[in-house]
Amino acid sequence: MSQSREAFGPDLVEVFGPSQRDGGPDLVQLLTPEGERTHHPEFDLDFSGDQLRGFYRDMVLTRRIDTEATALQRHGELGIWAQLLGQEAAQIGAGRALRPQDYVFPTYREHGVAWCRGVDPLDLLGLFRGVDHGAWDPRENNFGLYTIVIGAQALHATGYAMGIQRDGAVGTGDPDRDAAVVAHFGDGASSQGDVNEAFIFAASYNAPVVFFCQNNQWAISEPIERQSRIPLYQRALGFGFPGVRVDGNDVLATYAVTQAALQRAREGSGPTLVEAYTYRMGAHTTTDDPTRYRLSDDVEHWKLKDPIARLEVYLRRNGLVDDDFVADLKVEADALGHRLREGCKALADPKALDLFAHVYAEETEELRHQREGYAAYLDTFEGAR
Amino acid sequence: MSRITLAKGLNAGLRKAMEDDPKVLVMGEDVGKLGGVFRITDGLQKDFGEDRVIDSPLAESGIVGTAVGLALRGYRPVVEIQFDGFVYPAYDQIVCQVAKMHYRSRGRSPMPMVIRIPFGGGIGAVEHHSESPEAQFAHTPGLKVVACSNPVDGYWMIQQAIASDDPVVFLEPKRQYHADKADLDETATPEPLFTSRVVRRGTDATVVAYGPTVKTAMAAAEAAATDGTSLEVIDLRTLSPLDMGPVLESVRRTGRLVVCHEAHVNLGMGAEVAARVTEECFYSLEAPVLRVGGFDTPYPASRIEEDFLPDLDRLLDAVDRSLAF
Ligand SMILES: Cc1ncc(C[n+]2csc(CCOP(=O)(O)OP(=O)(O)O)c2C)c(N)n1
Repeated sequence: MSQSREAFGPDLVEVFGPSQRDGGPDLVQLLTPEGERTHHPEFDLDFSGDQLRGFYRDMVLTRRIDTEATALQRHGELGIWAQLLGQEAAQIGAGRALRPQDYVFPTYREHGVAWCRGVDPLDLLGLFRGVDHGAWDPRENNFGLYTIVIGAQALHATGYAMGIQRDGAVGTGDPDRDAAVVAHFGDGASSQGDVNEAFIFAASYNAPVVFFCQNNQWAISEPIERQSRIPLYQRALGFGFPGVRVDGNDVLATYAVTQAALQRAREGSGPTLVEAYTYRMGAHTTTDDPTRYRLSDDVEHWKLKDPIARLEVYLRRNGLVDDDFVADLKVEADALGHRLREGCKALADPKALDLFAHVYAEETEELRHQREGYAAYLDTFEGAR
Repeated sequence: MSRITLAKGLNAGLRKAMEDDPKVLVMGEDVGKLGGVFRITDGLQKDFGEDRVIDSPLAESGIVGTAVGLALRGYRPVVEIQFDGFVYPAYDQIVCQVAKMHYRSRGRSPMPMVIRIPFGGGIGAVEHHSESPEAQFAHTPGLKVVACSNPVDGYWMIQQAIASDDPVVFLEPKRQYHADKADLDETATPEPLFTSRVVRRGTDATVVAYGPTVKTAMAAAEAAATDGTSLEVIDLRTLSPLDMGPVLESVRRTGRLVVCHEAHVNLGMGAEVAARVTEECFYSLEAPVLRVGGFDTPYPASRIEEDFLPDLDRLLDAVDRSLAF
């Protein structure tokens, strides 16, 4: 029995192409790289001047956090830093679409989302400096701790969303009560079993979760083609929920699409996959050397799509910001940078015996014994403790 | 003869194994163009092509699981787990599938696979980048587990592990990768893979170490010597099977044993070594076997990892306690 080749449909590699740069026909965009406002039949919103200025401010300050932290790493104040350069719009758009009762499960690069949640950027530095594993209280701003093991948090997000469902905080129509969850992860993470299992659970239980994938084209040295032969957002269909590809360098579109997905979740209509199509302009982390695996031509190409520049063009052209606004913002960014610089250097090292703190809610006899033994040992050295 | 680091030794060993046997494949995240995040596979893809040095999707269960299939098809996959803390997504494949395939197929399906894991701390990394999961694998029948400690062993042991028809979890002390250099004589006859080795002779007490703590133990022996204490240092090299021969022989002479590893003490390799020594040389022992290792806490933030990790002082302190018994 033979089957004609056509019956299987076209070769997907041909359809997708190895290095598509424009996001393809389904890309949702509201602001072009040239700063022109465009419209979209499904995802359009009216933005107020204040809102737009707010996005701009958020992105500028987020970039400052990032460049400051990168500089701190170069000066040996941080062990490593995961840069977000180029991903500001994806993060601010997603972060500003949240309501206070929503909950975010980040990876390790979501500095802009953290900013939107009110996490002190200084608190982000401890993990990268090596003084803690995350300094903020996840419950305070509904912003979980950073997750280093790729993809793990997608399941946590889904489980948390199932909890929201059980608490009856979905589909009540009360905007202050209905809640949703966002799981952030990268294009590489989409290959992990955990992410795919999260998709299954979310779909099966109709959990109020938005999977927010920042497709920055690279997983360290591996291009997106190494993870997927189809555009990532199309994966959602196979799991039984909608997927949308949005221009991740367009803060308006990212906001609009995420807000719609969150609203869907809060109403009880289940999960959505949002693929924010963007680009990692910097290195994977400060220890990575991207010149080994990618073309500088690509970076140059994406610089033209800079998320901050395009919004600034739009704002200026429409008289929504002037030189004074931009200058004031620069002063604010400088102050933030200064605070981070000084604050980072002042982050105290943990004490040796902090090793033993919080291993359990109820300390075990064995561990107490180890702690006391080590304390006695340290006492034999002068000034060790 | 060449002077090499551990990273270079492993790289050269992998290269040699790939030249010798076309069935050897290297797979993992970033192992191709980038040469791995530690550059252990540097240049291999350029020379052996993308079919033999495979940049894999970002999925550890997928990496090890597909390696199982490749091994069933007659290949000899060498997979790289990027960091110790990322082996757990593949844990199920390793302990339930890789470890048991030979047994359940009654020997019809060997698993000639090497799972390379950079392990241990001391590099100032963020969490999940500094773990010592060896006991988890050594506790699993069907797996063999080895740890190299120096460039020369790196060169030979990786080739021997690849040549083994059993699955080998191959632990590489990451903080040693680019640290010390040693002379490699490629024409020498290497020690067999599953053997431990006395690396320093001594008479007063025996110190057993492996991987990154061999260096600590050697430094402790140097320091002890200046105080007139003579320590014998044994590099375990193989954790499963354990080669207790040199350890037992040594303890029978010195009467004292301290085991040192970075992993948590509770149910760690030290516990196994101590139990076997107690069983085999009870009457030779002048003191209880002591263990020095990581505390039974999660790996801490890097700014206090030096407190977590066994260092020369903690090791010497244990030696003193043993001698004072
Ligand atoms: C389970 C696991 N495997 C490997 C790693 C090492 N690692 C850290 S980041 C990364 C690439 C992640 O790429 P992607 O998911 O696209 O996110 P991005 O960093 O590009 O935002 C890898 C392989 C890890 N942290 N966790």
